[in-house]
Amino acid sequence: MALLNIRNLTVRFATATGSFTAVDGIDVQVDRGDVLAIVGESGSGKSVSMLAVMGLLPDSATITADEMTYDGHDMLNLSKAQRRQLIGREITMIFQEPIASLNPSFTVGFQIEEVLRLNLGLSRRAARDKALDLFRDVGIPEPEVKINAYPHQMSGGQCQRVMIAMAIASNPRLLIADEPTTALDVTIQKQILDLLMKLQEDHGMALILITHDMGVVAETADRVVVQYKGKKMEEADVLSLFEAPQHPYTRALLSALPENATGDRLSTVSDFFESEGVR
Amino acid sequence: MTQAVPVVEGRAIVQDYQVPGSLFTGAKSVRALNGIDFRVEKGKTLAIVGESGSGKSTLARIIALIDAPTGGELRIEGDVVDIRKRRPGPDLRSRVQMVFQNPYGSLNPRQKVGDVLMEPLVINTSVAAAERRDRAEAMLKRVGLQPEHFNRYPHMFSGGQRQRIAIARALMLNPSLLVLDEPVSALDLSVQAQVLNLLADLQDEFHLTYVFVSHDLSVVRYIADEVMVISKGVAVEQGSREAVFANPQHPYTRSLFAATPVTDVAAIRVRIERRTAARAAAR
Repeated sequence: MALLNIRNLTVRFATATGSFTAVDGIDVQVDRGDVLAIVGESGSGKSVSMLAVMGLLPDSATITADEMTYDGHDMLNLSKAQRRQLIGREITMIFQEPIASLNPSFTVGFQIEEVLRLNLGLSRRAARDKALDLFRDVGIPEPEVKINAYPHQMSGGQCQRVMIAMAIASNPRLLIADEPTTALDVTIQKQILDLLMKLQEDHGMALILITHDMGVVAETADRVVVQYKGKKMEEADVLSLFEAPQHPYTRALLSALPENATGDRLSTVSDFFESEGVR
Repeated sequence: MTQAVPVVEGRAIVQDYQVPGSLFTGAKSVRALNGIDFRVEKGKTLAIVGESGSGKSTLARIIALIDAPTGGELRIEGDVVDIRKRRPGPDLRSRVQMVFQNPYGSLNPRQKVGDVLMEPLVINTSVAAAERRDRAEAMLKRVGLQPEHFNRYPHMFSGGQRQRIAIARALMLNPSLLVLDEPVSALDLSVQAQVLNLLADLQDEFHLTYVFVSHDLSVVRYIADEVMVISKGVAVEQGSREAVFANPQHPYTRSLFAATPVTDVAAIRVRIERRTAARAAAR
């Protein structure tokens, strides 16, 4: 049985001009230890479906699904107490803007120790020791010094490492990373992706990586879901997706990569929709 | 050797920024650019590549005549330009224009698109109002928008359309040099392809010279003729696109290449095989 099993998920937002469907009948399955990439452009609903799993959507959102289960728990009808047992412990998430994800008014050490004391019930002293261990695990230099630093005193890459340390503190079985490297330079991106993949393998956790970057998909994923305007276009293992993409939209995305330019022109997505008569 | 005058040439460009001191520390100066040399021939594209903090945008602003360098010499079409002595007049502004990274921030939200496009003509030329309007409508069409977009506000457009408007604005004065600071990095992949195609078409049509600042090596490989890799204010590598991509000399350039994700099927196969083997060994 899959660790996370979502069938026919739909998310609608009430707006001034009526209801807007951000996610339209999406199925997602993630097995233990699997790396799933959800790829799409802005407005494809790739983040919204995972925010629905986390229960982080605003009240204006209506979530319906035939099934949304994590390890046998029905995620649609959890009490708040049950949800707290899962979210932040079994399922954790990191976000795109690492510096904005941390509270600027507290040291990073205080913030990670808060997580450890609340989720693992550790004492202050034990939490500090565990935080230092985690900082070493995620490769933060001079952990004893950095643990007393404020977010603005650290670089974007280091803040993302702090976020990752927080996310793996409770040994989660599922980590959702929403564009974790988009705000980072390419050399830092490589370090963070390598770190995520190493932690994923060491802990055997499942990883859902939300991204718009086909390069990131190629370097990390086992399986890939391609989303466009709230709908799933294609799901495939990573090799098949790049070798023989089935859906015209996937082919369009891949041929829009500058490295796949043929001659002087880049194919665009609209070229493909015209040539294949899809809209 | 070509005898033609390069469109833009820089010699030993230096930029220092003064960091004000606090109660306990004195003021200090940070060298953002340290002796940069470059030249770009007409109709060519120089790509400036670097990571955040490398000084690539500082250099772009100097070339676009927005900031004055602390030292060195900048020539536009052979003429020495020193904006510390004299603010650039309409003639110089008409030769060099800039397109910025974020099309959400670089357009005035309270200005209609038509006015955005006509403003460079109002400020720098004595073109009559009716002609200004004609030229702006023609340019809107040229960048792939419609004349009926003339009276709309920037918020009514998508990111890609806004970047088209910013490019149209930059072309209103028929510049010879366009400085593009990360013009596609805020755009989705498919929109990025459209804007890159547009830039290539415009370059052919108007014989434009581009200085293209980017952190994305796959974009640079697609668009550049010459490449400059810049790290901590120093140009660590310069050369033709073919030379830099085929045989990078500097360790920093190599580390950039090594960190750039590849979407090559063979590379994915190798990664998957390694992963499968590691999993089997762990069992």
